[in-house]
Amino acid sequence: MNSIYLDNAATTKMHSLVKAAMIEAEEKYFGNSSSLHGVGRAAKTELDKARENISKKVSNKNHKLIFTSGGTESNNFAIKGLAEANKNKKHIITTKIEHDCVLNTTKFLEKSGYSVTYLDVDNNGFVNLEQLEKSITKDTLLVSVIHGNNEIGTVQDLREIGKIVHEKNSLFHTDACQSFTKVPIDLEKDNIDLLTINAHKIYGPKGVGGLFIKEGIKLEPLLHGGGHEYKLRSGTVNVPGIIGFSKATEIIGEKEIEHMTTLRNQLVNGLKDVEDSWLNGASLDCGKRLCNNANISFMYAEGEAILLYLDALGISVSTGSACSSNTLEPSHVLKAIGLKQEQTHGTVRFSVGIDNTKEEIKYTIDSVKDTIEKLRKMCPYKY
Amino acid sequence: MVEKMEEYSKKVIENFMSPKNMGEIENADGVGKVGNPKCGDIMWIYIKVSKNDKGEEIIEDIKFKTLGCAAAIATSSMVTELAKGKTLTQAFNITRGDVANSLDGLPPIKMHCSNLAADGLQEAINDYYKKQGREILKIIHNDNCSCCNKEKNCNKKGGNI
Repeated sequence: MNSIYLDNAATTKMHSLVKAAMIEAEEKYFGNSSSLHGVGRAAKTELDKARENISKKVSNKNHKLIFTSGGTESNNFAIKGLAEANKNKKHIITTKIEHDCVLNTTKFLEKSGYSVTYLDVDNNGFVNLEQLEKSITKDTLLVSVIHGNNEIGTVQDLREIGKIVHEKNSLFHTDACQSFTKVPIDLEKDNIDLLTINAHKIYGPKGVGGLFIKEGIKLEPLLHGGGHEYKLRSGTVNVPGIIGFSKATEIIGEKEIEHMTTLRNQLVNGLKDVEDSWLNGASLDCGKRLCNNANISFMYAEGEAILLYLDALGISVSTGSACSSNTLEPSHVLKAIGLKQEQTHGTVRFSVGIDNTKEEIKYTIDSVKDTIEKLRKMCPYKY
Repeated sequence: MVEKMEEYSKKVIENFMSPKNMGEIENADGVGKVGNPKCGDIMWIYIKVSKNDKGEEIIEDIKFKTLGCAAAIATSSMVTELAKGKTLTQAFNITRGDVANSLDGLPPIKMHCSNLAADGLQEAINDYYKKQGREILKIIHNDNCSCCNKEKNCNKKGGNI
């Protein structure tokens, strides 16, 4: 049977070069990077190299990069760690389209007295900059805005947002889990103070992420212990995982971005003639959409049903449908871009990867059309 | 995107992948319409009524049309299977629990919202009675629909919803 994986925004298959680097690391650099002996020192040397290699992707200055267990921990650390270390300011600004690990962290802080502003986005998912500017007060500790949205692929203008945040003397955090290595990021030019990245969305291992912390910013650790990672994240350092992460940052280059963009456009354009369907998020040609993301809503078919029919045809996708969630709530991102509840049910996210082919996309287009037709035949009205 | 729910049984998947009795009945004797577009699950059940050798009214033919998730489609298919050939009284007494049990269970979260097929059948039978100018059967059980926050009339023997 076919196996066409179009859920690369959920996670990616580890690249063979990453795997090879990690296997080598498990052999040669298994030591504890805190140990003084040669085996430990060898691990430490490789850890430093990996840190430097990853850091140069976003800055040529020497900012702190703290390795974590992934995007969720990095986002928790950025927000809670900053709040804990800077108790004089009690206001946080974020958006209505963040990943749950940001939204649930700010909701957690609301319980302990923080006020949180959730910025609106327009129909394409772009943050309202005027509202941002008006919302920042003297009490605003942090503005946290997701870079490339995981559901609809919209890429925010970090530079503009960061400029506003800094002019108003607040700090800027961005969750770049989906965009890292796909969209250029520059800690200096983009006015970023805290940057979340991770490995498993870019063909690296699961369970490895990082948080960049700009010079002078104080965070309280989430994990207390032996004082690893500049005393900011205790726990024996996952050196082989981090070596894999470092290798993973070299996988997506210009050629891969172009390839994914071509496939994404082929998919969206191939499905254009499906009646009563539309693309969610930023337009294909505006240059502000993740190269691998296509989020499409189909009326008169339900997302979970579409997903499972496609799954039976060997195609893996995701859905923002309420029916596929444990809360029976439709995706908060789709609601934020103005979709009515009944418009959210048939929403499917396709996220292409570097290994997909034009033939696979062709097969997917045909399969999606067949599936939608089949489901619409079952629908009591219109079809 | 969202936390995945519990898995479906093999029977649910079978009924979802190849649903039985999907379609409409032209000039149906009764049509039951349940669901809410906001919730995402809509079911229409069509019945054709005739009499058996004993002169009892039976469901001679039954079809469904459903917009919804795998559970919604599977329960629609299953209720038509359970009801076909049954007397109207027997069919009216098919519960949501019966439907779910015949599918080897449903994930708990799907028990309410997507398990509407038994309600649809009852509505179809009552629609038939209404058209005949006869008294409709009472649906007593009130159930709170968590997704549309609306009180709605549900099966009196709702089963474990």
